[in-house]
Amino acid sequence: MPDFLLEIGCEEIPARMIDAASLELRQRVQKLLERERLLPDGSVDSLDTPRRLAVLASGLSSGQPDVTEQVNGPSVSVAYRDGQPTPAAHAFAKKAGVEISRLERVTTPKGEYLSAKVTRKGRAAAEILSESLPKEIAAIYWPKNMYWRKPAERFVRPVRWLVAMLDGEVIPLEFDGVSAGNESRGHRILADRQVRIPGAGSPYVDALQEAKVLSRARREEQIRKSLDAATRSITGARWREDKPLLDAVVNLTEWPSVILGSFDPEFLELPEEVLVTVMRDHQKYFAVEDSGKKLLPHFLAVLNTDGDPGGVIRHGHERVLRARFNDARFFWQTDQKHPLRERVGWLKNVTFQKDLGSYYDKVLRVQRVASWMCEIIRQSGMAVRPGVVHKAACLSKADLTTELVKEFTELQGIVGGLYARVQQLDPDLPEATRFAIADAIYDHYKPESMEDSVPRTTEGAVVSIADKADSIAGMFALGLQPTGSKDPFALRRQANAIVKTIAEHKLPISLEQLFDDAREAYRGSQAEKKFPPTLDYNHSVKAFLRERLEFYLRDALGYKYDVVNAVLAADADDVVNAVARAKAVTEVRPSPDFESISVACKRMKNILRQASEAGRPSATSIDSAALQEPAERELAAQIPHIAEAVSRLSNQRNYQQALLEISHLRPVIDSFFDKVMVMVDDERLRSNRLALLQTLLKEFSTIADFSEIVTEGKETNESSKQ
Amino acid sequence: MLPPKPNPLTFQELILRLQAFWAQRGCVLQQPYDVEVGAGTMAPETFLRVLGPQPYRVAYVQPSRRPADGRYGENPNRLFKHMQLQVILKPPPENVQELYLESLGAMGIDLRQHDIKFEEDNWESPTLGAWGIGWQVMLDGLEITQFTYFQQCGGVDLDPISAELTYGLERIAAFLQDVDSIYDIVWARDPESARPTTYGDVRLADELQFSVYNFELADVEKAWKHFELCESECKALLEAYAAISNDKDKDKNGDRKETKKTDGLVRDLAHDRTRFPLLAAYDLCLKCSHLFNILDARGAISVTERVGVIARVRALAVGIAKAWVDQQRGKPAAEQKSTEEKKSKQRAEVEPAPLSS
Repeated sequence: MPDFLLEIGCEEIPARMIDAASLELRQRVQKLLERERLLPDGSVDSLDTPRRLAVLASGLSSGQPDVTEQVNGPSVSVAYRDGQPTPAAHAFAKKAGVEISRLERVTTPKGEYLSAKVTRKGRAAAEILSESLPKEIAAIYWPKNMYWRKPAERFVRPVRWLVAMLDGEVIPLEFDGVSAGNESRGHRILADRQVRIPGAGSPYVDALQEAKVLSRARREEQIRKSLDAATRSITGARWREDKPLLDAVVNLTEWPSVILGSFDPEFLELPEEVLVTVMRDHQKYFAVEDSGKKLLPHFLAVLNTDGDPGGVIRHGHERVLRARFNDARFFWQTDQKHPLRERVGWLKNVTFQKDLGSYYDKVLRVQRVASWMCEIIRQSGMAVRPGVVHKAACLSKADLTTELVKEFTELQGIVGGLYARVQQLDPDLPEATRFAIADAIYDHYKPESMEDSVPRTTEGAVVSIADKADSIAGMFALGLQPTGSKDPFALRRQANAIVKTIAEHKLPISLEQLFDDAREAYRGSQAEKKFPPTLDYNHSVKAFLRERLEFYLRDALGYKYDVVNAVLAADADDVVNAVARAKAVTEVRPSPDFESISVACKRMKNILRQASEAGRPSATSIDSAALQEPAERELAAQIPHIAEAVSRLSNQRNYQQALLEISHLRPVIDSFFDKVMVMVDDERLRSNRLALLQTLLKEFSTIADFSEIVTEGKETNESSKQ
Repeated sequence: MLPPKPNPLTFQELILRLQAFWAQRGCVLQQPYDVEVGAGTMAPETFLRVLGPQPYRVAYVQPSRRPADGRYGENPNRLFKHMQLQVILKPPPENVQELYLESLGAMGIDLRQHDIKFEEDNWESPTLGAWGIGWQVMLDGLEITQFTYFQQCGGVDLDPISAELTYGLERIAAFLQDVDSIYDIVWARDPESARPTTYGDVRLADELQFSVYNFELADVEKAWKHFELCESECKALLEAYAAISNDKDKDKNGDRKETKKTDGLVRDLAHDRTRFPLLAAYDLCLKCSHLFNILDARGAISVTERVGVIARVRALAVGIAKAWVDQQRGKPAAEQKSTEEKKSKQRAEVEPAPLSS
């Protein structure tokens, strides 16, 4: 049961790519070992650092087991002529590796055939691995890869060494001119040497540790501990937890340590957003805060070395941070020379998208869409301040011209909000109004992910939605909608953000109306001339939004896929309504009455479909004179009551009660199906009954299409529905 | 505070050390190119040398002008014109990273006392139709070098690949001397009096005056005229070159391998091709690029124009790169280095590919 090791030694792999590549390589090797029957009950593990991707497996077979199987050859009548073996018999015997005299005969329904037991020798593990591993290495997906010499393989960075071993034996293999051996390399600075690997498994891990290289888990542990230890020297201080940053520094180090540095408390006058962005995004430092989460004038840097006894490294980091903060302060001060309102005109020189014009054009469109939205929101009785929305939309992109945003692009919106707070936007503006405008600007890129929060105010929500709808509408009108894994403008993320914002702010915004308006805002523009005339904008936008709403209900809110399908089949335009309906359907779903209604709906749908396929139409309306059986008369009598109640309750958004009303109909429906035959020969009765079902189904389906609900015993594979 | 380092290198010593280091490793020491460029990459010693099959190693300092980055000499970290030390290793040796780290030792940096990281940073120049893959090298949190494996230049896939090391000299000097402002860097020290001459002494007026010019006084209309003149002359040269190249192709049915036949006409044309001034065309392209930068700093390029103007400069750069590859191929056999390279050169000319992989 030998241990296996493959290490790909590489120049520094981008930190953001390591985790995915490591997982992929491990899975590839695992699948290879399983496919080749080399992994009876062993396990596969990985070890990765910026300079290596390694896969370790234990409990390998040293070779494939031999396989014996019965193989049939030619029929006896072909194999023998006059009692003598024909060439066909000779050929089969040769192929099977058996003497002719020892061939067996089997009788099949088609006649008697020659047969033989054939044993295929299993191949040695080393042989298989040496042949297959290079292909697996070459197949790893990289978001961006390169050549370093030609003709050659592409890889993320140049491959400089390979280690491939079964226990202590090297597996001979080659990838792109590099031959595998048993020599790895240690930490670039602390153990800059060839490291002889005595064997796969723990000897490898030990040898690496000796050479100052730790596994991912060990590095993360060491960094967390060191961050804690370094922070403890300041009373009451904590380091700010930041998982993406932690992942980044874990994947930038082989032997990490942490230093605590300080900066001039004067810089704390700058907004915290700016300081944290500089530290986190530009310098990969952890911020330090007090127990009230207030920023302290310290930072934590993760080093790829074993410490900084003389303080030289700390001094260097402090120097860099000081320069960065000075820059930020300089930008902040310079930017104030030209207030946001002056910068709006400058946006004529900032491209939004090459065919959609400048950000100035965009701002005008966003203002129009936002004011239409305000009108709808107001009509519904919700409070919104159109003046605040208008002004915020106008200033929303002005910060793109500021030095601070040019330097720290991730602060777009936030900087605009911060500047709006400290600047005079309009001489007559009360401070509270200015702050409301500032908040709306600050939030208008939110939510940046499904985990991120939505804008705090309705005004911020409106600007955020209008901005995103404008981008989506423009791109779709140009025919640049996302396809497959390609979504260069992050339109899916933006549409998700719209859905989430509408849902959480409970805005009475119809998606169709919103995207009609967003498209309308392009009317007569230069951009519109670039729109391909043959494009079906409405259709593609509608399908896209339905998909996003489905994603939101299912993945963000956790509703079952069949509930989501049922709810969206009824309507996928009003987000708030769809959420409420999904909630109601989920709540009544376990009740037996509801189950039975679902089954009945499926039955009605089937009957109607079969009738239509058989060319048997339903009547246009229910003719009460043609209702013969008591059960159908009863059902027909109930429908208007139920329809009235459902519609009344739905208008109050009391969907749960409405659904209960529907489920109360269960005995009547059950009795109808028990006693009444729909597909009778009498056309008048039949078409009338079909009309009855049609009406019933229509009334029921305003909340959800119940036939989509998967009922007991009919659970289908969820993944196949996606 | 740390005690000041005993004898940190002056700015000019830093340059001398790095040049000596790379000269010892086989680099030709070139002098800065004397046409305005935005980066060392744009000097012909990089842009043209990385094309085609001939191996080459070169190092040079390149003052790099970026008009929009000027700050009137008021910002301690930003310059309109900064100095890069550019190293091209074509093809890159296997130990290129180790060589680079050794060069840090040559400037007196003991890596065991510092924290060094190679962080992903890919480089792309839309104006040059060029891109590469690599890192920014971080020393104690300071980006000191851009390390790039060139993949494409002037829209031409490179074969062999070149490694480009671009040292940010001001940053490194400020780091070594532990000063907070670029202008406080000691550029030189009088050997007798030890009196320092600072970066500010040497360059401050340059920064101030060019900021005034680039942001306030550059004549937009004239700059456009200059741009158009340079562009049209560059285009005319490229068209003339294409005409020669096509004539030859027609004669030989496009079979370029036969240019060395003793056919008099073909020899003459081949001769014509090698003396054709593509290098002058490239200078004109560089001037366009610089004029574009000035116009940009003046805020004279509107949003609709911008993409188009970049595309115009790129069209020149791509045209020159393709012509250059063609011209190099036409060189007499004596200048070809090996049969191995002849094989690879046939792959060298390709259609411009998209700028990202």
